[in-house]
Amino acid sequence: MAELLKQLTEIGGVSGDEGRVRKLISDNISPFVDDVYTDRIGNLIAYKKGKKDGKKIMLCAHMDEIGLIITGIQDDGMLKFRAVGGIDPRILVSKRVLIGKNACPGVLGIKAIHLQEVEERKNAVKVKQMYIDIGAVSREEAGQAVSLGDYAVFDSKYVEFGEDKVKAKALDDRAGCAMLVELIKQEYDYDIYTCFSVQEEVGLRGAEVLGYSINPDIAIVVEGTTCSDVPDVDEHLYTTEMGKGPAITIMDASSYANKELVEMLVKTAQKNDIPFQFKKTVTGGNDAGRIHLAREGVKTAAVSVPCRYIHSPSSVMDLNDYRNTIRLLSTFLKGCEL
Amino acid sequence: MDIKDFIAKLVAVPGVSGYEERIARVISEAFNSYCQEVRTDAFFNVFGRKTDGHGENMPKVMVAAHMDEIGLMVTHIDEKGFIRFTNIGGVDPRILPGQEVEIHGKKKLFGVIGAKPPHLQQAEDAKKAVEMKDMAIDAGLSAEHAKELINIGDIITFVSPLVELKGGMVSAKSLDDRAGVAVLLETMKELDKLRFCADVYFVATVQEEVGVRGAAISTYRIAPDIGIAIDVTHGDTPDASRDETFAMNKGPVIAVGPNMHPRLTQKVMDTAKEYGIDYMVEVEPGPTGTDARAIQISRYGVPTVLIEIPLRYMHTTVETLNLDNIRKAARLLARFIASLKEDWNQWLNY
Repeated sequence: MAELLKQLTEIGGVSGDEGRVRKLISDNISPFVDDVYTDRIGNLIAYKKGKKDGKKIMLCAHMDEIGLIITGIQDDGMLKFRAVGGIDPRILVSKRVLIGKNACPGVLGIKAIHLQEVEERKNAVKVKQMYIDIGAVSREEAGQAVSLGDYAVFDSKYVEFGEDKVKAKALDDRAGCAMLVELIKQEYDYDIYTCFSVQEEVGLRGAEVLGYSINPDIAIVVEGTTCSDVPDVDEHLYTTEMGKGPAITIMDASSYANKELVEMLVKTAQKNDIPFQFKKTVTGGNDAGRIHLAREGVKTAAVSVPCRYIHSPSSVMDLNDYRNTIRLLSTFLKGCEL
Repeated sequence: MDIKDFIAKLVAVPGVSGYEERIARVISEAFNSYCQEVRTDAFFNVFGRKTDGHGENMPKVMVAAHMDEIGLMVTHIDEKGFIRFTNIGGVDPRILPGQEVEIHGKKKLFGVIGAKPPHLQQAEDAKKAVEMKDMAIDAGLSAEHAKELINIGDIITFVSPLVELKGGMVSAKSLDDRAGVAVLLETMKELDKLRFCADVYFVATVQEEVGVRGAAISTYRIAPDIGIAIDVTHGDTPDASRDETFAMNKGPVIAVGPNMHPRLTQKVMDTAKEYGIDYMVEVEPGPTGTDARAIQISRYGVPTVLIEIPLRYMHTTVETLNLDNIRKAARLLARFIASLKEDWNQWLNY
């Protein structure tokens, strides 16, 4: 189980460049579903026929991750870039990246502490001040390795550590992708459309098309979500807490979760002794924001695995939360009456 | 083992200032293959003595590079198992968020450095750098386990293995000054191809980053006639001034100024010219932040020269250098050492 999560988090797939993720998922689900296809904008859809006829359940996790895109090559061989998706520029300093199809290594340095003014050190470095060093000393040399529009991802390995913890990049939302791959291996009553969306991080764009094309009876978005149970944060501001089970969304900035579905999920968890929590803060959004407004509207819920340090090279997740999220969803899908 | 592999091996071994025992062992083994005699002192300075066994009035030459690295230290473990820390050596707090670390507790423990998420900060705060006091290491452990395995004062190192970039450039943590140690080893290899009369002591020093302390006691022990410090200097980057930095592809840097002996320095420059080795000159107006600072004023005073490797992003986890400069520095050093004849004190002494 962890092997697929490792593979999924270690490959690159910034919004607009989801091809490698799509291929890996497609290869892994093909044996377990009736049909797999890719739509016109790159969303991957797996269809699995249910034992009963009629209702359609849509599951959705996004394939894309936040990252960088190369916008310029300087005369000195340094690369300029912009962020793709929401990145706090402060986490970019002193990090390694892999650029383009050939995974060209590069580093984001900062001038030495010895060369800084004391005041400089107090300010966050802005993206426009940053550059990527690939070791090239001229525009020509850099141009042989990198092209404008190449995507860059963090060079960050999957590491298991501590008490059942995982560190990786892109747990948002490769964790969701990996969970859906696990879920689709089982048999269900209803027809299941397992969707792997593109471009969530740049405005939920893949989900817009998926909601319309699948036109499901209900939809469940499966995410890696913010976990802010870290020092210097007041307890009431904990979005989610690590190790306390899957987080069920009530509302966020993009949608209200359907109340019936939330109740069904909660009952499923309670009946089966599966730990769960509510996502407590109402900021942020995910694919549910678009899916619930598809056509005449879709009953939609979101279930997430808490991830600390999300949108950084070193996100952290608890494997028990991951397993319990799969358990909750699998039990829900098997037991739900639509 | 080629230079790149040797450096990759060195940067993977922890050796924060004051805690150099493990890196000392690795370096001592490497020195053993090229030196007649290798010793380690009580502070873990490593000495490799190399002679060619001929000549009269042989000068005693000390070539030093520091093996210690900057790092962090555990100061507190909170009720949820998060670990607070302080720095050892100069660490820009801005490099820390999202960094991977290893805590050297009862066993080696992986962790990541986190801080309050940006969406919970005031917009104004997000423009400011996160302060070290507001960060914590997440080792994925409960307070109970964390306190069982980790003690206040345990050392923390960064995880940032060597990556090969274009054009012979490499990037890793702690190239300052493991690159200098690599220069020592390459110089030994070069000397094996030459005849020389000097009695050479290669020293991997400790505690440079906290005040050139290893250099002070190791120079006293050797009492050299000539001192050579090998360290790094700032490589050129777009965010730093050209005046303060050096090109990455124009050879090593030779420093001039009061910390360096003018005649000795001139001799090294002459050697470079004689053998067609590129070099640049750095002007240092006072005592340098290198082992040369301590070597020069040991016992009765030591004529000292400082040779440096340009390094980008010093004291970060992505320090970057050109391997070619290490080869050139080693060639220059070996040629200089081989050029020292019985008359050395005639041209050197005032």
